[in-house]
Amino acid sequence: MPSIATIALIPLLPFAGFVLLGIFGRTALKKPAGYLGTALMLASCILALYTAYGYFFDFGKIHGAYQKLVPFQMTWLEFSKDVSINIGFILDPLSAMMLVVVTFISLMVHIYSLSYMKGEERFGTYYAFLGLFTFSMLGLVLSSNIFQIYIFWELVGVSSFLLIGFYYDKPSAVAACKKAFIVTRFADLGFLIGILVLSYYGGTLDFGTLIARLTDPSSTQMQAAVNASFLGASALTWGAVLVFIGGAGKSAMFPLHIWLPDAMEGPTPVSALIHAATMVVAGVYLVARLFPVFAISVPGALHVVAYIGVVSAMIAAVIACTQTDIKRVLAYSTMSQIGFMMFALGVSGYGGEAGLGYSASLFHLFTHAMFKALLFLGAGSVIHFVHSNEMKDMGGLRKLMPVTHITFLIACLAIAGVPPFAGFFSKEEILLAASRGNTGIYYMALITSGLTAFYMFRLYFRIFWNKEAGHDAHHGKEGGFALLFPLVLLALCAAGAGFIPFGEYVSSDGTPLHSEFDPVFSIAPVALGVAGILLASWFYLRANDRADRVAASLKGLYTAAYNKFYIDELYLFITKKVLFNLVGRPAAWIDRNIVDGAVNLVGNETVAFSKLIKKLQSGKVQQYAIVFLGGVLVLAVLFIYIWH
Amino acid sequence: MNLLYLIGLPVLTAAALLLARSKEQVRWISFAGSVAQLALALALYFAFRQERAAGNTAAMLFDQTWPLFKSLHINFHVGVDGISVAMILLTSFVVVSGVLVSLNIEKMTKEFYFLLILLSLGAYGFFISLDLFVLFFFLEIAVIPKYLLIGIWGSGKKEYSANKLALMLMGGSALVLVGLLGLYYASHGGTFDLMELSHLGIPADTQRILFPLLFVGFGVFTALFPLHTWVPDGHSSAPTAGSMFLAGISMKLGGYGCLRVAVFLLPVGAKEYANIIIVLSSIAILYGAFATMMQKDLKYINAYSSVSHVGFSLLGIGMLTHTALTGAVLQMVSHGLMTALFFAVIGMVYDRTHTRMVNDLGGLMKMMPFIGTIFFIVGLCSLGLPGLSGFVAEMTVFMGSWENADLFHRIATITACMSIVVTAVYILRAVGKVMMGPVTNPVYLTLKDANWNEKLAAVILLAGILAIGLAPFWLNDLVRPATETIAHQILQVTK
Repeated sequence: MPSIATIALIPLLPFAGFVLLGIFGRTALKKPAGYLGTALMLASCILALYTAYGYFFDFGKIHGAYQKLVPFQMTWLEFSKDVSINIGFILDPLSAMMLVVVTFISLMVHIYSLSYMKGEERFGTYYAFLGLFTFSMLGLVLSSNIFQIYIFWELVGVSSFLLIGFYYDKPSAVAACKKAFIVTRFADLGFLIGILVLSYYGGTLDFGTLIARLTDPSSTQMQAAVNASFLGASALTWGAVLVFIGGAGKSAMFPLHIWLPDAMEGPTPVSALIHAATMVVAGVYLVARLFPVFAISVPGALHVVAYIGVVSAMIAAVIACTQTDIKRVLAYSTMSQIGFMMFALGVSGYGGEAGLGYSASLFHLFTHAMFKALLFLGAGSVIHFVHSNEMKDMGGLRKLMPVTHITFLIACLAIAGVPPFAGFFSKEEILLAASRGNTGIYYMALITSGLTAFYMFRLYFRIFWNKEAGHDAHHGKEGGFALLFPLVLLALCAAGAGFIPFGEYVSSDGTPLHSEFDPVFSIAPVALGVAGILLASWFYLRANDRADRVAASLKGLYTAAYNKFYIDELYLFITKKVLFNLVGRPAAWIDRNIVDGAVNLVGNETVAFSKLIKKLQSGKVQQYAIVFLGGVLVLAVLFIYIWH
Repeated sequence: MNLLYLIGLPVLTAAALLLARSKEQVRWISFAGSVAQLALALALYFAFRQERAAGNTAAMLFDQTWPLFKSLHINFHVGVDGISVAMILLTSFVVVSGVLVSLNIEKMTKEFYFLLILLSLGAYGFFISLDLFVLFFFLEIAVIPKYLLIGIWGSGKKEYSANKLALMLMGGSALVLVGLLGLYYASHGGTFDLMELSHLGIPADTQRILFPLLFVGFGVFTALFPLHTWVPDGHSSAPTAGSMFLAGISMKLGGYGCLRVAVFLLPVGAKEYANIIIVLSSIAILYGAFATMMQKDLKYINAYSSVSHVGFSLLGIGMLTHTALTGAVLQMVSHGLMTALFFAVIGMVYDRTHTRMVNDLGGLMKMMPFIGTIFFIVGLCSLGLPGLSGFVAEMTVFMGSWENADLFHRIATITACMSIVVTAVYILRAVGKVMMGPVTNPVYLTLKDANWNEKLAAVILLAGILAIGLAPFWLNDLVRPATETIAHQILQVTK
């Protein structure tokens, strides 16, 4: 087993990069910032590979099953004897796999940015933020304590805020980063309350103990959690669903997805990092981490996960078909693919064959990281070339950008689920799990995977085919080595990652899961995928007006999808009209006029009263004499007639 | 360690200030005096730890007694536990940075610093007093300088604000005084000694009368809703250091008093009125946050957000569990550091742009990366980002609150939790508008970043925030045994 220092360095090296570049990145380390950041990331990635390799092939497997190891843990904040926030590392198939994904994709993005962000005024700061982001994500996947996850969860949120708002003088970027942070924060509220509920009943914050107690029907904690009910659901269900809300926010699940498309305001490599390896899969990771609780103790909550997942997948796919900004298409495609991962978890059971969905979900997480990073980096290369995000400014780029073209095509084939590319294998497993678990979800997923092929090839054809190139803007050169190397490497992964026998390594209960490849089952999804590609080529291979005519005939649906089903507008209405005008404004008004008004009233009345009585102290002797006389008379009358 | 140093040092500094001949001398004397305070506070912390590590489990350490009025059994009795040490540390951090950011004060410099030092004297005295008579004496010492600081060096409608603040705080003091006299007479033998009173077992009926007097009296200092309205006006009119002292130190006197005097001595009263405290503080937390959302002036934003944040302290006190009480103390320390820093950066922005209106500002990050970064970090602390002190304190309050399992406490806790979203909204709005976005006024393009003294002030406070945020265990270990004593008092009532 690698030493604790080895594991600790995986997140700490990027963090060191953040600290160094955060302090000196504007001055002394401005020039070498990129190389410094990349070197640290490379070291971190090597250590992660070393650790994961050791875990999977050397020390992780004991008695035929992968164990949950906690090599290091320290008390960070103690609440009571049993309940404390501990900072530690957990090593299990899930975290080992995530370590590899996060560090690898992050490394690719670091290398890519050397070229992409060159000449940027805040180059050093950019690498500092990348380091912070990677550190937070690595800390998150290594968490051994549910509160530790929450800590890094929030750090991921803030580092994504920094990266999305990197071009902070652009108002749209500022709006986008605020939106991303606030929407996910809203979801985090659910997560936080979920933690409070689970830890209250579990009597601990430690993952191992928590899961053990809350999956054992004979434990007192579990009984208390199941018997306590609120609004018809048990406390445990509430806890699980609330935690899932947090996950849904970070993973951009409907209806908390609205921040994701806007998050494209950040530099493109950042989008690759956020959408492929880090922030958006955090929700999937969270559900996977607590999976035994979901699957064994609260199947009801797992159904919620499944339905939210499949609905998000479908809605996002429909919207993606209509968007014209290439990064937005990719953003919705991410949301759709995360939806696949979510419902795969949702239809899965725990242990053995039943746990197919669990393995499939994480398999898809793994392959998706590769091809989605590739797609974003490819899109970045295109945007770098044509200086626009809009499809109308592109077309016919295949000859001008051969490397980008081929790698992008591979990624599209992978995400469309064409064999033998990576996405095919993982999506097959997901569909298989869905068909066993829930037929309704299976059919919805099937349609969505057809849509996926359609919108991805719509994107592909409109960038690289459609019309012929020949604009003035197009006389640049495809980027250099730093830009293309990550594309090629990721393309190799996107093409080949599917052959990894993933279930052998990552499964719900740690025992290897042998998944059989079933060619008959694959006919329907592959046929639908190919149909989607053909349809896209009919519409978009050459410039024509077929697509416009179809869009016109589907006017209502098309406009609604183009406007993202008006969900943004709904949120805007709730925040602006309801929260600001009906809550915020009255609160501020009441405070100034009623609460403070009362204070001022007391003050003013005191002054008024003293004005009234100060006449008694006028200093005029004649007045005193009269009052004195009056007083004597009154007293005289009283003494004589009443008290005598 | 001899606690009298803590009183002697400010007295000496103040005396030296009176003898100073030039503004330069005044500045250096104050700076040296405040650094010495910081060193002393740190020394106290380490001495305290050492004593505890050596196995001294007495409730109060380093205590000393001198008779003041023998016939009335009034003694000058001082001593500290973990809560007091935490508060003394907080005070010293705020004093140093407050002195540092005020180096550019030209108007009546000597008087200004004299008052700052006097205020710190009041605070230290208050935190070490174990005799309620002495405690009250120091509380009053801390009130008067605030009136003058705002009235003379303030801005805007400063006379109104100074009057309002002084009158409301005096009103609070009056209630406290009545409460303290009540305690004195309830003790039969007639004592003001905190520890003696805590063992007496004051009759429940008496507690019912005295608790509201003391809690509300101290509550005024710490912005207990609805007696918080001096906060926005007071802060907005005060000079930068005044705001820092007000939020970082003065408001903590109230919170400390609520905990140390009201709850500790009157546990029966605390239990009976706890629900009212919880309701008021949950309202303050959420309503304060919503009110902040609508503010346009940076100082008002921070003042209202303070109302919301100190609500967490009061909520923690109202929840009465050991963890929640600990959270309340952590929140006092965290909020003190954070708000002081926030007011410091707001002051830096104001000194340069001459406006505090959010809508007039924009894009300052470009010209002042240091100030911008600090502004952003302190904003993150305010919205409870892990790694900074606010998170630690708020989470401790939430965890402690959740230990009360009934629906009423649950609703109050969730209400308080909801503020984390609203806080994010107003903080990001302020950061997004002031620091990010396009530069709104070409004049700003020529502005300079922070000076050395401003940088140093910010770094000192930030160090405190990070020390708690990254490694909360040291503060938690310091405070927990002390809050346990208080929690124990409450537990005994239940038995």
